[in-house]
Amino acid sequence: MDDAKLNVILDRHDRDPSALLAILMDIQKEENYLPREDLGRVSERIGVPMSRIYSLATFFSAFSLKPRGKHICTVCMGTACHVRGAPKLVEQIGRDFDVKAGETTADMKLTLETVNCVGACALGPLVILDGEYHGNITPTKLERVMKNLKKEQG
Amino acid sequence: MEPPDDKTVRFQINGRSHEGTRGESLLAAIRRHGYEVPSLCYHEAVSPYGACRLCLVEVKRGRRQKLTTSCNYPLQEGIEVFLDTDRVVRHRRTILQLLLAMAPEAEELRSLAAEYGVEDTPFVTDEEHADNACILCGLCNRVCNEVVGAHAIAFAGRGLHKRMESPYDDVAEACIGCGACVFVCPTSCIGIEETEQMRRILKWHRDLPMQKCAACGRPFAPTFQIMHFADKIGVERSHFDRCPDCR
Repeated sequence: MDDAKLNVILDRHDRDPSALLAILMDIQKEENYLPREDLGRVSERIGVPMSRIYSLATFFSAFSLKPRGKHICTVCMGTACHVRGAPKLVEQIGRDFDVKAGETTADMKLTLETVNCVGACALGPLVILDGEYHGNITPTKLERVMKNLKKEQG
Repeated sequence: MEPPDDKTVRFQINGRSHEGTRGESLLAAIRRHGYEVPSLCYHEAVSPYGACRLCLVEVKRGRRQKLTTSCNYPLQEGIEVFLDTDRVVRHRRTILQLLLAMAPEAEELRSLAAEYGVEDTPFVTDEEHADNACILCGLCNRVCNEVVGAHAIAFAGRGLHKRMESPYDDVAEACIGCGACVFVCPTSCIGIEETEQMRRILKWHRDLPMQKCAACGRPFAPTFQIMHFADKIGVERSHFDRCPDCR
């Protein structure tokens, strides 16, 4: 992230150390992940030790320290989704796109993530593709949801 | 005896009356009066954290009697504390078994467990991290933050994946190599190596060149540490040109 952009984000939060979480979210919104070099500059400029930033960034699964793909597919693995076959969905996506859970495809098109419950258990199993929630997913339905992505990948 | 001011409270340990300061750590008060309670994550120099759970005692307040960690229990007027009830001992044994599952090789932990007749653990041991005796007590982190002020390390991850490490598990740039974490670690899992030229803190991947005394030529502390301390207490760096013996 260029310096001016980062400063805009920092100034938006008054360079307040207690706004660290919001700052990290803003950076991730821009960059799709949290670049190490950016975090170093945040540490220097708002006076929060790097160890603390790293601690926060690794605590929340919403943050990623590795570059993520253009599209982000999140499969809910909460108890309800899990017993309704979420692991099979992860397997299916993994097979179709050659990607492991928590990783990104080689062409940086898709990141596959798993989370432990998004709080919509009645809709389980649940797949979230780029922020859009798809409930009661079956293998066929999943194929339909991922169709455009597959096309894009060619 | 002096009249009790509003800070002084009376409480009981195993049925005997004692006095202490309101709000102080119950564990500190218990130990000051000569009783023994085991602990791994407590150190009087830093804030209590209640991670190891070994300082468990029973506290009776009013009609309620409950198990609680004593290190982070603020002392109050009129509480009755029981140190070695069956309930305390039973739970402490379980805790020792759980800790042993995390660090089966840690000598300090093994000998403490043996005192309670715990030789083995029924819980699944963490094979993947068998060489890592860290019990996630966070004491190194608190010492680094609160005493040293270097903020070099912190907990990373969460749940099963929680670990104590330097940022990115890479060289801890903020580490001054003072070795305080190594000194306080209850399971000796951090590791330090020292030669004439270099001090290494193994777990934080930190190698720091040693400062040689201008008078006797003996290496006595990492240069980076000396700079940190000189800045902190506001003296000239030259004050530390010589080792404490030659100063």
